[in-house]
Amino acid sequence: MHGFYIYAVTAMLLFCLGLFGLVSHKNLLRKIVALNVMAGGVFLFFISIANLDPSGGVDPVPQAMVLTGIVVAISLTAFALCLARRIHEKTGQNELDTSCSIEGEDR
Amino acid sequence: MESLLILVPLAAAMGSFLAPGRGIASWGFLTSLVIPALAAGTAMDVYQNGARRVSLGGWAEPLGIHLHMDGLSVIFLLMTALGGALVSIYSAFFFDRESARHFWPLWLLMWAALNSLFMISDIFNAYVVLELVTICAAALAVLSGKTESLQAGLRYLLVAMAGSLAFLMGVGFLYAETGMLDMFMQSGELQGGPVSAAAFGLMTTGLIMKSALLPFHFWLPPAPGEAPAPVSALLSALVVKGSFFLLLRLWVGVFEPAGITYHGAYFLGCLGVLAVLWGSYQALIQPRLKLIIAYSSVAQVGYLFLMFPLLCTVPEAPWAEKAWAGGPYQAISHGLAKAALFLAAGNLILSTGTDRIHYMKNIASRLPMTTFTLGLAGISLMGLPPSGGFVAKWMFMQAILESGQWWWAVAPVLGGLLTAGYVFRILGHAFLLAEKEVRMLPVPFVLEKIPLILALCSILIGFRAEEVIFLLQEHMLWTLELEGTP
Repeated sequence: MHGFYIYAVTAMLLFCLGLFGLVSHKNLLRKIVALNVMAGGVFLFFISIANLDPSGGVDPVPQAMVLTGIVVAISLTAFALCLARRIHEKTGQNELDTSCSIEGEDR
Repeated sequence: MESLLILVPLAAAMGSFLAPGRGIASWGFLTSLVIPALAAGTAMDVYQNGARRVSLGGWAEPLGIHLHMDGLSVIFLLMTALGGALVSIYSAFFFDRESARHFWPLWLLMWAALNSLFMISDIFNAYVVLELVTICAAALAVLSGKTESLQAGLRYLLVAMAGSLAFLMGVGFLYAETGMLDMFMQSGELQGGPVSAAAFGLMTTGLIMKSALLPFHFWLPPAPGEAPAPVSALLSALVVKGSFFLLLRLWVGVFEPAGITYHGAYFLGCLGVLAVLWGSYQALIQPRLKLIIAYSSVAQVGYLFLMFPLLCTVPEAPWAEKAWAGGPYQAISHGLAKAALFLAAGNLILSTGTDRIHYMKNIASRLPMTTFTLGLAGISLMGLPPSGGFVAKWMFMQAILESGQWWWAVAPVLGGLLTAGYVFRILGHAFLLAEKEVRMLPVPFVLEKIPLILALCSILIGFRAEEVIFLLQEHMLWTLELEGTP
């Protein structure tokens, strides 16, 4: 039970750290890494709740969920990196344009 | 039959990915013929025999994966089938070969994911399917490859990913509390303590990020605003509804019985009202037609959230039935009307080359069908009788007045007025005579008719209110008890 709290609290901290990174950084690569830190927190939390079984056994369901979650996170990260690279190629910037170019002149 | 609703678009997506030849659109045609028939069959079945569940692979609860069909799911399935089929036919004539090669696999995969989202019964699979919808939607949003659309797509992807992770964390809390993943079995197990509250907060935050409620609305207008017309229609009409559906399921089915929704419901209601007012105001001042329509989505999504304070604050409230029918009704009529508007806007861009409304003069005489479509869809958005939008707002107003929470009436009343403002702003320009002749290209026959059919549907569903309300009130299945347990 003691171990559970150590892991669960660490997981929450990682999640919050990732969230803070996501909103505070402008650089796209950092944002994507921050999302992965968040994902790491979520996965650690799932692993820690697998240990909650009072009989002392380990619950396999959260571990199966973590495996699926990792696959989902990897594919989304790959896609986000692809888009970030495209944006870099087109504009030479590593940031999202916050001035909202959608109101600009039409081409 | 239910699993075919997922299997057919999935197979067609694979087919169109592997055989991207000249006949790629036929995969889409095929799906848009089969899915409405299947959805109608499922709906008839639920209408006559009541809600039911199908176990996939023959595994029993609580470990097995189940499809869950009740009134709410078949209504969303039908809306997706109708809207999706019509947008598919439009797309078959809209895209050139290069874009079609990318569009069809993504859209058909998204269709499969949406259909399974509406039938899913366990929350972890709901997460996986939501991610599938997100990744397809983001890929569709960047289809044109322009810098603006890339940025809009990435912004959407980042918001949606953060939202999904918050949702997944909530799934973890729910699992820790109940030891189960099936949301229809969790409802009785929640104790309403801090763990339930954490799950509630995380899942709600994640899902409202994905359904573009006010503070998280910033990704919504640019994404459809920059995408090709059929993609904008799909993003605004269907994708946003997916996460709203899940939110509704979880609130009413899982969290409300645990008694932890009271404050959250008022909070969501306030955000909804703000979204209606802010979105409508933004729509009034936008210079481009597609952005007007996109901001109007922010407002129309806001209406949906009025459901929560009416449904989830007072247990067993007598007005809850009306609020309960109003929300899904608003979702369907907005979905169809918004798809019609975006496709009509696509026609205008095809014809005039721009969607700035200052250049849209005299389209009423040149493109009468498209102008008529804009008007009809506008009627449904404003909520004038006898449209579907009217039924939804009428239900909301009745529930609001009966509940005595009169302050929510600000949204339907002021929102309707502002909606009328931006719809007439579009139509007003359409009837102005142009000082100098603007060159307009003719729009192909099918492309003109499809938005019109969609707009007509959004009006006509106002006449079928009785069946929809019957499905929503009589054929719901919220809780499930394991066999052998009391």
